[in-house]
Amino acid sequence: MKRRAVILGILVLFFVLFPWVIRSDYYQHLMILAFMWVVIGGAWNLLAGYTGQVSFGHAVFFGTGAYTAGLCVTKLGISAWWGMLFGGPAATLIGLFIGWVCFRLRGPYFALATIAAGEIFRLVAINWESLTEGMVGILIIQTFRAKWPYYYLAFFLAAASIFVFGRVMRSKWGFYFVSIREDQDAAESMGINTTLYKNVSLMISSFFTGLAGAFYMNYMAFIDPEVVFSLHYISIMAILVGIIGGVGTIWGPAVGAFVMVFLQETFRSAIFGLAPKWVSESHVLVFGLLVIFVILYLSNGIVGDWPKIQGLLGKGRKVRRLEERG
Amino acid sequence: MSFFEVEEIRKNFGGLMAVDGVSFRVKQGEIFGLIGPNGSGKTTIFNLINQFYPLTSGDIRFQGKSLKGMKTHQIAKLGIGRTFQVVKPLKRMTVLENVMASAFVRVGTFEDARSVALETLEFCNLMDHRNKQARSLPIAGRKRLEIARALATRPQLLLLDETAAGLNPKELDEAINLILRIRDRGVTIIIVEHIMKVIMSISDRIHAINYGRTIAEGTPEEVANNREVIEAYLGESYA
Ligand SMILES: Nc1ncnc2c1ncn2[C@@H]1O[C@H](COP(=O)(O)OP(=O)(O)O)[C@@H](O)[C@H]1O
Ligand SMILES: [Mg+2]
Repeated sequence: MKRRAVILGILVLFFVLFPWVIRSDYYQHLMILAFMWVVIGGAWNLLAGYTGQVSFGHAVFFGTGAYTAGLCVTKLGISAWWGMLFGGPAATLIGLFIGWVCFRLRGPYFALATIAAGEIFRLVAINWESLTEGMVGILIIQTFRAKWPYYYLAFFLAAASIFVFGRVMRSKWGFYFVSIREDQDAAESMGINTTLYKNVSLMISSFFTGLAGAFYMNYMAFIDPEVVFSLHYISIMAILVGIIGGVGTIWGPAVGAFVMVFLQETFRSAIFGLAPKWVSESHVLVFGLLVIFVILYLSNGIVGDWPKIQGLLGKGRKVRRLEERG
Repeated sequence: MSFFEVEEIRKNFGGLMAVDGVSFRVKQGEIFGLIGPNGSGKTTIFNLINQFYPLTSGDIRFQGKSLKGMKTHQIAKLGIGRTFQVVKPLKRMTVLENVMASAFVRVGTFEDARSVALETLEFCNLMDHRNKQARSLPIAGRKRLEIARALATRPQLLLLDETAAGLNPKELDEAINLILRIRDRGVTIIIVEHIMKVIMSISDRIHAINYGRTIAEGTPEEVANNREVIEAYLGESYA
């Protein structure tokens, strides 16, 4: 317990000091994206990893949050920062509607329904031009020119989300979520209203994803439907963050977020300009291979299989030998 | 008004009458045995009681209240717990977490759920296993976990579906002992069991069915000596 507190303290200190030491906008930008993905990955994990309702449609909530912030500017003439207040609730409302429709289905059928929901929202955002400006997108003026205000805000959101998810998972709700994941019939017969608590999980999940979307609008200052409602860039990325880091663990998505943002950037920039351009185009393939690798060898993700990784690195072996001796 | 009452219940599975007009009443505090050959409809009766399946016709009343149209989780909250013949452990949770999850149905905080769960595990002799993953339990442990999880919801009526199946003689004695201790706590029990030794020794009254229909009801001796029951279990040649 004490060791954990020390590690946590060092981590916080590292992240707080980071922008003071690493002055590069580029690295601060990557950190901001990673923090944002910590929030989204954790939110996805709450629903998919802990509650067992695998969503391929989290772009719906991200996009809703982002557009809520954008519309604050274009339609209401107020600051996009209001989106940080309204984006979460807006995404939650959409989540309730999607839950009402999709939770009639179980397992893979639920997952398929969320893909459909994601595509519907993307197409609506493209075609409802009077509201969204369609493919033109929404462009706003950034509040800060420096990265550090965004950096600390993103860091706060990431830390807050981990704290909230951790608290939820130690509460009655968390126990109910995992029970539903493990066996819906058993959960019902234990007195758990499975439909209600699936929706509770979805509401929390969509709230945080919407919040991340609103942050994205404020930070990037530009959104269009093909980005924020993207199956590939948002929904699948959320899944990858969860799977790589470890589903059903609190720290898994946080680790997964940093790994995935780093990998994505490595490939996007074609290994920082060192490799030929086709490398950057092959990143989908590489992500696919990565998922296959993780499923085969680290099926619980980096955090879930940490003891196994330690074992491979030699540390675990030593521990085991000590145990054998007595 | 009886404590628990099943009235002319029927269940039709696309032409197959799995339960065909069964009625019985259970008194508070008794152990009520439900017997019948394989496929006679016992598990289906449990699934009708906790509304896994809707009734085709008939009614089920608990303390005068009809359960018809209720949701399964509402019935658990009302005070009817059940175990599954095909056990359903929450596999990737520890034994303690399994029982805590159901304890949360009655209490609000982590600490309270934990203490209810620990007390229940103690009662069910599962303390040594509390930090094991449920999937790593052997069958006898899984059967007891089913009971522990049902007990943690503080039921007034407990439905036990073949909790003794697959146990060795020593485990069998422990299971019988556990069931009697549950009854002594004031929990009314309906027990489905294939093993005659168990059901005959602990039931106050027994209801026998075959092909979804009642064939006998009475004390264990009365039912054991009933001609139709003997025929149903041993075939006509023995009758
Ligand atoms: N969900 C179901 N759908 C169709 N038939 C079923 C279903 N459940 C049970 N049955 C049938 O109903 C009959 C009674 O089954 P069951 O209640 O499990 O018997 P028992 O528990 O007494 O062994 C069997 O013929 C079984 O095949
Ligand atoms: Mg059965």
